[in-house]
Amino acid sequence: MSGMNKQGRPTSIAGASSVAHETFTGNRALHLEEALLFELDNPGACGVDLDEPAPFTARLGNFERQGRIGLPSVSEPEIVRHYVRLSAKNYSIDAGLYPLGSCTMKHNPRLNEKMARLPGIGDLHPLQPVKTVQGALELMDTLAHWLKELTGMPGVALSPKAGAHGELCGMMAIRAALIARGEDEARSRVLVPESAHGTNPATAALLGYKVDAIPATKEGRVDLEAFKAKLGSDVAAIMLTNPNTCGLFERDIIDIADAVHEAGAYFYCDGANFNAIVGRVRPGDLGVDAMHINLHKTFSTPHGGGGPGAGPVVFSQALAPFAPRPYVVHGPDGFRLVETAEDAKADGTTPFGRMTAFHGQMGMFVRALAYMMSHGSDGLRQVAEDAVLNANYVLASLKDDLSAPFEGPCMHEALFDDHFLKGTGVETLDFAKAMIDEGYHPMTMYFPLVVHGALLIEPTETESKQAVDLFIATLKDLARAAKSNDKERFTGAPYLSPRRRLDETAAARSPVLRWVPPAPKQAAE
Amino acid sequence: MRYLPLTETDRREMLGVIGAKSVDELFRDVPERARLDGLVDLPRRKGELDVERVLSKMASKNVAAGSVPFFVGAGAYRHHVPASVDHLIQRSEFLTSYTPYQPEITQGTLQYLFEFQTQVAMITGMEVANASMYDGSTGCGEAVLMAHRVTKRKKAVLSGTLHPQYAEVVRNLSEFADYELEVMPAALPGTTEDIVAHIADDTSCVVVQTPGFFGELVDLRPIAEAAHAKGALLIAVVPEIVSLGAVTPPGEMGADIVVGEGQSIGNGLNFGGPYVGLFATRQKFIRQMPGRLCGETVDADGKRGFVLTLSTREQHIRREKATSNICTNSGLCCLAFTIHMSLLGEEGYKRLARINHAAAVDLAERLAKVPGVEILNQAFFNEFTMRLTKPAAEVVDALADKGVLGGVPASRLLPGAGLDDLLIVASTEINTDEDRAAYAAALEEVL
Repeated sequence: MSGMNKQGRPTSIAGASSVAHETFTGNRALHLEEALLFELDNPGACGVDLDEPAPFTARLGNFERQGRIGLPSVSEPEIVRHYVRLSAKNYSIDAGLYPLGSCTMKHNPRLNEKMARLPGIGDLHPLQPVKTVQGALELMDTLAHWLKELTGMPGVALSPKAGAHGELCGMMAIRAALIARGEDEARSRVLVPESAHGTNPATAALLGYKVDAIPATKEGRVDLEAFKAKLGSDVAAIMLTNPNTCGLFERDIIDIADAVHEAGAYFYCDGANFNAIVGRVRPGDLGVDAMHINLHKTFSTPHGGGGPGAGPVVFSQALAPFAPRPYVVHGPDGFRLVETAEDAKADGTTPFGRMTAFHGQMGMFVRALAYMMSHGSDGLRQVAEDAVLNANYVLASLKDDLSAPFEGPCMHEALFDDHFLKGTGVETLDFAKAMIDEGYHPMTMYFPLVVHGALLIEPTETESKQAVDLFIATLKDLARAAKSNDKERFTGAPYLSPRRRLDETAAARSPVLRWVPPAPKQAAE
Repeated sequence: MRYLPLTETDRREMLGVIGAKSVDELFRDVPERARLDGLVDLPRRKGELDVERVLSKMASKNVAAGSVPFFVGAGAYRHHVPASVDHLIQRSEFLTSYTPYQPEITQGTLQYLFEFQTQVAMITGMEVANASMYDGSTGCGEAVLMAHRVTKRKKAVLSGTLHPQYAEVVRNLSEFADYELEVMPAALPGTTEDIVAHIADDTSCVVVQTPGFFGELVDLRPIAEAAHAKGALLIAVVPEIVSLGAVTPPGEMGADIVVGEGQSIGNGLNFGGPYVGLFATRQKFIRQMPGRLCGETVDADGKRGFVLTLSTREQHIRREKATSNICTNSGLCCLAFTIHMSLLGEEGYKRLARINHAAAVDLAERLAKVPGVEILNQAFFNEFTMRLTKPAAEVVDALADKGVLGGVPASRLLPGAGLDDLLIVASTEINTDEDRAAYAAALEEVL
């Protein structure tokens, strides 16, 4: 049969549409096309029943809204169907292995969801009288205690809203400490390895620091000599991810920390990969001064399609006094909140300021705490071990079929480069898109930047051996196909997803960021 | 452990494939003196039932907002959320999906973000909106930084109408990012804040909140005019987004950036987070915007689809040259907002706003009759400020003892500002006539 390869796959885009059975609706059985909400507008319908208030004298001054907003009118069953149909177009960790390196797509226990919805937790206002929220403050205090114990760090700020917000918080504390030492002006450089997450240099730049990149060694780690050569009395901090974004533990980390401190600078650790070492290594024992913890990575709060996250920051003794407001204090009369500068003054502390309104991501705190308590000290250690075991199993099983730039053992994620695709006409992107047709979300691609065409695989500890084995077998098959000139399986992929490859260039060239009503048609008659 | 699928047999087999004798060997790159031999000093694993017991006990020590007559606002508001919202956002495909970097298999997330952006732009009266910020306060900080980029100036003026904690977030950013800031004193209802006089040739933006922190609605038009005459931007902050169902949106009054807190629609109180920051502006400023943006495009078969776009503004591409260090948005909270707003629709949203306004007007009328109470506001939406004959903090405490959560004392957020006698009170559609009568009666007893 022409246009098909031996696995029965179409070999061209045209071939793909010719085998597809054309339907009247454009639907394909469970693949349902869905209009935009605004195209479902049915004036007169409504998804809520609200009674008009009894007549009263409005007190809006002259600010009463005039005219239509343009929101569509749709009933509840139609809304439910709309969003259920949209949901079916998403891949999710509940549906399959989600090997995004650095993102930690692990199982999200539903107990956590249930706990977050207890009325005594979810239905609390942040500014209720403190005596009516003693349990909530106890919960925050308990979470703070767990984070401090697990990291071996004496201070913690719970309020940062996400990882990057935590980085900002940590770097602000560093700058506050330098201001207190009278060295703020003198220290204008922040050292960031080439392999760092983009948020690290962006955070340092936001605070006015000059970002100085540290090169990596052939072993994928910080080049200690090059790093030491860059240290000086004008360096404010180093921002280092450990385990690093190549999935490797920085062997020289204690020497790095010592050198940083000797130079009078601080050590910020990006804690995105804390899940690899939780319960086995405490960052405080490595000489870290500040580290954010992504509760949505290490502690399983759901990623939710991009958020909300939570990024508490732990601090060393040197930085703890500068941790921002608010914070919880456990005193003889119960728990209290230190919210304002006046409160802090009375409490005798020197917080640098405030990161956000209210107290942080309480909804994420309770989920993370439910996860921590479920695992306990023994289970959390097992989390790190199984995450590292799964990743090394992937690395060992695939290193001859794909190509690994660095020697193992790795930590929680296995890094490959595109060397194995050389001469095949298939690129990392194509390889990843072909995984979609096989029912997998691709791994992280083209990151870290220090290897060519990176493929970063993080299976996490919540994948069974059976699931990882099938994943490995799939990648072996894809690698074999790429090397045996089955190029169309890749370059046109994905063929079977709700949408084929999308034109991102066109989207950026003339951005359409919202729906607008179609122009009214000319009266034809 | 119930969340860990590997068995001892699996682990042995896998170590065999790796060629390691034990898991310890895989951690050999960790410096020896930093390896923990034993367990950290924390409790051992617990079953579901035990975890539920511990956390339920903590929950039972709190007074849930829904269990009492409840009138607390000041930046977070208790509204009714339709049951279908919480059901839909818990679908696995939404809840356990990552940021939609692979658009072919995340059209669900991308399409609702596009719908969210459209709804936010519509209700604020702006041209475009992003896919959300962490919350209103951090969005406010980002708006100021964006205004600095647009105007290439470095000085912001904050109105005394702005929520004090929002102002603190901006102040914090300004201090560490080396920007200038002028913060006006608290703008009480019934007084006139002459912010226009503070707009100078080097002003990048003025930040004004409406309804203001004390509940008063603000006429943005003269401020916008004055700002634009000096080449500055007007940033309007709307912490109670239900208000825009009833009042003129900032976009129609000349705002250049509108920042909102979207919690009121679809999202619970959650003791302060997670919430959802709304961020809307004019089309011409899109390349200076922070945060994720979703855009429409077509796929290889020519079908309409959506992608994250203009990512050359963002940290994962631009690193130290990005418009912001933000990565995360409030994904699932956006979804809750979008679904709730879809259920409301044009009529429902406007009616919800009218019900809120009626509830607050009724409460103000009842409380005004209580001896020792003076209502300060002229024009307000669902929140107002009253002056009491006793310190408001003491009154709120005494009300709580009577089973009424009666609002936020201004002194809690603005201590030492001579505002100890002011109490900020909100009433939404959740309050019944009986709730409001109970409040008036309790207040009369307390005063």
